[in-house]
Amino acid sequence: MNNSHLKFGVVVFPGSNCDHDAYYVLKHIFSQETCFLWHKDSSLQNVNVVILPGGFSYGDYLRCGAIARFSPIMKEVISFARDGGIVIGICNGFQILCEAGLLPGVLLRNEQLTFVCTMLHLRVENNDTLFTSLCREGEVLQIPIAHGEGNYFADDETLSQLENQKRILFRYCARDGSVTKAANPNGSRNDIAGIMNEYGNVMGMMPHPERAADPATGPTDGQKIFRSVIKNVVENRYINNRKIFERS
Amino acid sequence: MPIFISKITVTLRRSILDPQGKAVHHALENLGLHSVQDVRIGKFIEIKLNAVSELEARAVVEQACKKLLSNPVMEDFSFTIENIAE
Repeated sequence: MNNSHLKFGVVVFPGSNCDHDAYYVLKHIFSQETCFLWHKDSSLQNVNVVILPGGFSYGDYLRCGAIARFSPIMKEVISFARDGGIVIGICNGFQILCEAGLLPGVLLRNEQLTFVCTMLHLRVENNDTLFTSLCREGEVLQIPIAHGEGNYFADDETLSQLENQKRILFRYCARDGSVTKAANPNGSRNDIAGIMNEYGNVMGMMPHPERAADPATGPTDGQKIFRSVIKNVVENRYINNRKIFERS
Repeated sequence: MPIFISKITVTLRRSILDPQGKAVHHALENLGLHSVQDVRIGKFIEIKLNAVSELEARAVVEQACKKLLSNPVMEDFSFTIENIAE
């Protein structure tokens, strides 16, 4: 790719409510070509990056993300991801990626049972990725969360894989970067706020970087994530174009 | 074709903390029901389906449970099947 413009696609499910935020940020803050992808469509319109936005797809019926996972557009997203395409799931999008089996684990009900909507801090655990290369390792980002089911759970074996392969990108932390029980807003195992798949092309996070991207509304640390993606795709870094998954 | 009703129970796996169950347990204790030892909250799903045999109905429900109605990372399921009309 030789210009600095990518095409982003933001998937719209019935019940998505952060789709316009993501669209606005990509199109108007980062000047990227951006389109909406309707859940009933079966074309990804040649986008470079798919965003699964936050919200309550299908009313969170049955389990968060469980029904969205079977929508027509998700068939395409799954196959796109399996061919090395870049997919970012934010909040409900993270839940959908877990349900779709593109990321391991699951997001359980918050430990304290309440919906949490607050600005908090994340520590960048791995900055050698497509999604975080413009952050410093250990950098503390200020990015808000807003969820009732963000309590990341995976079994011990999966967790140690995530740790060993440096696939945990963000952990909840205090302002000074220390990871403490008090800084964990939902009971997530290992204080996990965001992870990527083993091929580094699919990322899910509960916090909302698109809500921390417009200087008009507050902190802009979320910009670093989108800027990393744009820069790396343009420079063809961290990109794996091979068919990387076994077709199932 | 025979019609079957399947009654499906989906529960959080034993190894997973059930904060909802815990909250309800506290409430039951506040109600004075101190003999309650543990509370687990789950889902109840009822499916009506056509199948030539109970075996076939069982296979369909099993698939529904594994692929959509439960998430094996966090949940277990069990079900009963009843033939309601030949």
